[in-house]
Amino acid sequence: MSTVTRFIGRYAIWLYSALAFIFLLVPIVYTIVYSFNDSRRSNIVWRGFTLDNWTHLCDAQGVCQAFGNSIFVGLTATLLATVLGTMIAIALVRYRFRFRTATTLLLFLPMATPEVVLGAGLAAEFLTAGIQKGALTVILAHTMFCVSFVVVTVRARVASLDPALEEAGRDLYASPSQVFVRVTLPLLMPGIIAAALLSFALSFDDFIITNFNSGAFVTFPKFVYTAAARGIPAEANVIASAVFFVAIIFVVASQLTTAARAKRLAREG
Amino acid sequence: MAFGAFGGTATAVAEPAVRKRSKVALILLLPGILYLALFFLAPLVSLVLTSFQAPVEFGDIGQYQTAFKWENYTTVISTYGEHIIRSFVFALVATILALLFSFPLAYFIGVTLRRFPLVQALALTLVIAPFFISFLLRTLAWKQLLSDEGWIVTSLSSLQLLPPGTHLTGTAFSVIFGLTYNFIPFMTLPIYTSLEKLDLRYVEAGGDLYASPASTFFRVTVPLAAPGIVSGMLLTFIPAAGDYINASRDFLGSTDTAMIGNVIEANFLVLQNYPAAAALSLVLMAAILILVSIYVKKSGTEDLI
Repeated sequence: MSTVTRFIGRYAIWLYSALAFIFLLVPIVYTIVYSFNDSRRSNIVWRGFTLDNWTHLCDAQGVCQAFGNSIFVGLTATLLATVLGTMIAIALVRYRFRFRTATTLLLFLPMATPEVVLGAGLAAEFLTAGIQKGALTVILAHTMFCVSFVVVTVRARVASLDPALEEAGRDLYASPSQVFVRVTLPLLMPGIIAAALLSFALSFDDFIITNFNSGAFVTFPKFVYTAAARGIPAEANVIASAVFFVAIIFVVASQLTTAARAKRLAREG
Repeated sequence: MAFGAFGGTATAVAEPAVRKRSKVALILLLPGILYLALFFLAPLVSLVLTSFQAPVEFGDIGQYQTAFKWENYTTVISTYGEHIIRSFVFALVATILALLFSFPLAYFIGVTLRRFPLVQALALTLVIAPFFISFLLRTLAWKQLLSDEGWIVTSLSSLQLLPPGTHLTGTAFSVIFGLTYNFIPFMTLPIYTSLEKLDLRYVEAGGDLYASPASTFFRVTVPLAAPGIVSGMLLTFIPAAGDYINASRDFLGSTDTAMIGNVIEANFLVLQNYPAAAALSLVLMAAILILVSIYVKKSGTEDLI
């Protein structure tokens, strides 16, 4: 009896998980497939396969402009948030100071606040201060919500850093700044890169906060939202699919290299 | 910290030489803290101020002046009470559904696939894959799939599982469905992080002590996965309660399914009723903070945050 139930139990979870993965992938596959749809006006009914949407990407009004804006905002906000967040992460792990708990809380709260509240708050502030909404306000907003995620990601890396390596640098008469640039920073790099990628992904796909603070400035998600009422052009599917492929290739490649390195270490160790 | 679950690798090798207060710490902290003060705290203050504003007499739409009109709060609560309750009900149902969906999947990835690290990594990639395709487009994809002409409705109708003339889109069902789908990765990842470290010897011990598989599951496995479950529920519930894409008319909802986020958006960006939008935002935030602190206290995991 128990072997039978265990047998069923073992394969039930394989079957369930296979179905769960299919469920998770359904809308992704749908979006990619419809990027090849020969749709003239609305991209809802399948009208046959074509590569036109991929080769004439910028034909649809405003898609490429919105995509470019999203890349620009993503890169700027990522740079700002990564610098600010990395500095805070180092301070939090390495130093004891008054208001440390308050600082941690200040970093935690933006992640626990619904986006609609963050967006409305910033919009109210910009309204009161008389700041015109546009690219700048979107960058300021995105940097704000990315900082906390950078701190969380980089802090783990700082905490796992072996202080002996920095001590070795100091023993070899390196100045504090030399130790930082040539020992600390390279060791923190994987964490910093992960944080930067996370920031870019969060900024690139953000809609709610952007919608409150962008005015006439159009990012890619905002383009999709505005177009949703009258039908999304297939070119939007092309951009989303291309971004998806780049991200997936990147993640899988990094996993394969990590696995290969682990194997090599295991063999040598 | 609950959200540390996303960071994943918080393993300290050695407690580093912690230095006392110094100028360096101040220089490192100041820019970031100032930034958050300016663009996180100040906006909250500005929401509070806006929420008490009164319309300018004989002014245009969207013109308000500083006042202490706390009636704004009673007005929004009585006008939009239905939306507020709906938001929390939808978010709660979606969170529970996401938990039921995610637990077996997280168990499969974290425990069953343990012997195959590469497959495990690839399975995790599949879980986060929805993040890599635009949030709005994947929601629109479900709208098309669940539409009256989509294969889901047509095949269910032809099997007579759906009464004729049933619509799936624009209903509470489709909104909760969308919320569940969109936040599943936020639930699966933290539970996976807890289960990945699960020591199977405890589960075996449960069996050795003549516990049935069910009681082993509920009295050994689930308690050991509790930190992940709590993180996952918070990470799903908070964004779901404030979301307004899924419930939007152009996506999976209709005017009958409008949530608090839709009302805040409409008041702020369309009606230019800034005080109402600000008051609603603060009501939402207060309600979430209260619910989350009760939940965290009840589940006995205060040290998580």
